[in-house]
Amino acid sequence: MAELGLSGIRKGFGDTLILKGVDLHVADGQLVVLVGPSGCGKSTLLRTIAGLELPDQGTIRIAGKDLTKAPPKDRDIGMVFQSYALYPHLTVRDNLAFGLNLRKTDPSIVAKRIDEVAKMLGLGHLLDRFPRQLSGGQRQRVAMGRAIARRPSIFLFDEPLSNLDAALRAEVRVEIKRLHAELAATMVYVTHDQVEAMTLADKLVVLNGGLVEQEGTPLEVYERPKTKFVAGFLGSPAMNFLEGEVEGGRVRGEGFDLPARARTSGKVSVGIRPHDVYLAPEGGLTLDVEVVEAMGFETYAHGKLGGVKFVARLEGDHRPKPGERLRLDVAARHLHLFGPDGARLAVEDVASEGPADGPAEKKLQATEVS
Amino acid sequence: MSHHESHERVSVLQSVLSHALLIGAVIFALYPILWVVALAFSAGESPELGPVPVPDQFSMEHVEAVAMRRTDDGTWIFALQLGNSLLISIATALFAVAIATPAAYALSRFTFVGKKLTLGAMLATQMFPGVAAAIPLYLLMDALGLIDTRSGLVLVYATSAVPFAIFQLRSAFDAIPKDLEEAAMVDGATRFGAFRRVVLPTVRPSLAITFLFAFMTAWNEFILAATFLNREENYTLPVVLQRYVGEHAAQWGHFAAGAILVSVPVMALFYWLQRNLVGGLTAGGVKG
Ligand SMILES: Nc1ncnc2c1ncn2[C@@H]1O[C@H](COP(=O)(O)OP(=O)(O)O)[C@@H](O)[C@H]1O
Ligand SMILES: [Mg+2]
Repeated sequence: MAELGLSGIRKGFGDTLILKGVDLHVADGQLVVLVGPSGCGKSTLLRTIAGLELPDQGTIRIAGKDLTKAPPKDRDIGMVFQSYALYPHLTVRDNLAFGLNLRKTDPSIVAKRIDEVAKMLGLGHLLDRFPRQLSGGQRQRVAMGRAIARRPSIFLFDEPLSNLDAALRAEVRVEIKRLHAELAATMVYVTHDQVEAMTLADKLVVLNGGLVEQEGTPLEVYERPKTKFVAGFLGSPAMNFLEGEVEGGRVRGEGFDLPARARTSGKVSVGIRPHDVYLAPEGGLTLDVEVVEAMGFETYAHGKLGGVKFVARLEGDHRPKPGERLRLDVAARHLHLFGPDGARLAVEDVASEGPADGPAEKKLQATEVS
Repeated sequence: MSHHESHERVSVLQSVLSHALLIGAVIFALYPILWVVALAFSAGESPELGPVPVPDQFSMEHVEAVAMRRTDDGTWIFALQLGNSLLISIATALFAVAIATPAAYALSRFTFVGKKLTLGAMLATQMFPGVAAAIPLYLLMDALGLIDTRSGLVLVYATSAVPFAIFQLRSAFDAIPKDLEEAAMVDGATRFGAFRRVVLPTVRPSLAITFLFAFMTAWNEFILAATFLNREENYTLPVVLQRYVGEHAAQWGHFAAGAILVSVPVMALFYWLQRNLVGGLTAGGVKG
């Protein structure tokens, strides 16, 4: 096991700079989840850590050693590819043993490791099959097993569950969490799945435009997004944004008027999560409902607020009709204000006073953003 | 008459028609071959056959005469010539695969200066028939003292077999996901190790096909062989065959027997390679 340190990683392909100076520290045994919009360089970053790409600038330290220029085989890394990349001409057993055999491991140790891994992942009955004889879920397990068998000091996962169906994904997700605890391994995990990001991460890192936009525990990042981008990226349905102005202790715009004691004044983006609003006859938000999605235990009301699209989550027994006008309110501490540059305006500055919390507690949804 | 019956009738009729058609096509394709077989096993210098190719009188005399042919000093010349054909064809095929494999891999995986030019030039070589280069090749071979040598002929064949093999193998390598060898490298292999342990075994069917193609091209080639080989003991079988229907007397029986003898090794090779041609070896390596 080992810690991983990246500093100032820059990497471009041709004229396009993909990574623009990424700093990242993964402590020994920590599971870091990397999220970001597609094409932002998540895979490139993982491949750089693995040594499959060399950075143009910056250093990579693994267990304190500078391995920036080391070939992949000298980095002691296990990687699970999105495509699984199982060796098609080898049986499951030989796939698992591949890395160990390359290192001339004693056959009795190889056999023991394969045994262990097979038991850990339930692969025992599949050892003599070829990859083409396995289902998607089984292939995924073999891919994980192949990484585990070698006992590398760092694991890299590149969207390992994205080719599985939802039920299987949930199952394997829990299994990865268990494996992480069991192996006490350092892991970097790329995903675009909200639930994986929130539930697996010791530390969540949001990548945008080739830079780390925010890092922290998943709840920190979710509750206090540092930028409008992070706020809109995490959470499903996505956060609503209203354009307004702070003035005289209130933030106002078309269709809303909320208390907010701000040190600053001027134009702001007001971010409100669908889960943070609640029905209130005197509330400061006026929503014209257009579409209603009743999920049973909750209801999503989609509509317009001051001409802007807005989604509100309501308790299951509130089922408004399309065309209805709703009055909603939101707790001051659930208001996210962003300046014109997209940076968060400190909540303390604008909402140190406000009404009590609303009844709706936050709930994360098991859906994806991409 | 019920609907059901009429359906059945149509399908019976369809089946009869399509079978008749297929049988006709098979006869059309096989007729010349049957003719050759019948000729080869007929008796007499120049056997006559009716429209149905069946020998009047079965005889192994042609096969024996061709296969057992000896020169005046008692050398079993046919064995020598068969050996030449085998040697030259196998050498050409090995040479082509050995040169083309690394070249095709490089062309598939790397970008380098002159890549487009290389591909274009190789494509150009495939557009001309080998004969077009016969005269310059002859001059080259003469300068190198390779006229009337088997190794010289292998080189000549390689000039067209190698580019063709490169094209074939390049598309085979293109079809292998990059992830596979990257996984091997993360697992502890060098790039070459990943190539040898993962990429090569995965393209084995394509290697076999490429080998077969190069072998067949050399095995069947006549014009260049006839141009570059002078002494009878250096001949390949196509040259030998042609001599039976040469300027003076056409020995069709010998020719037919020879044709069958030439085909046997190729059929054997096909059979052997079939085991290696099981498709879909890449299946299941990547994705769900
Ligand atoms: N080998 C490469 N050559 C050129 N461009 C590349 C290469 N690999 C990735 N890219 C580009 O880099 C960007 C980031 O890709 P990637 O790291 O795969 O994104 P992500 O995994 O976050 O979706 C994409 O625009 C992609 O097209
Ligand atoms: Mg990716």
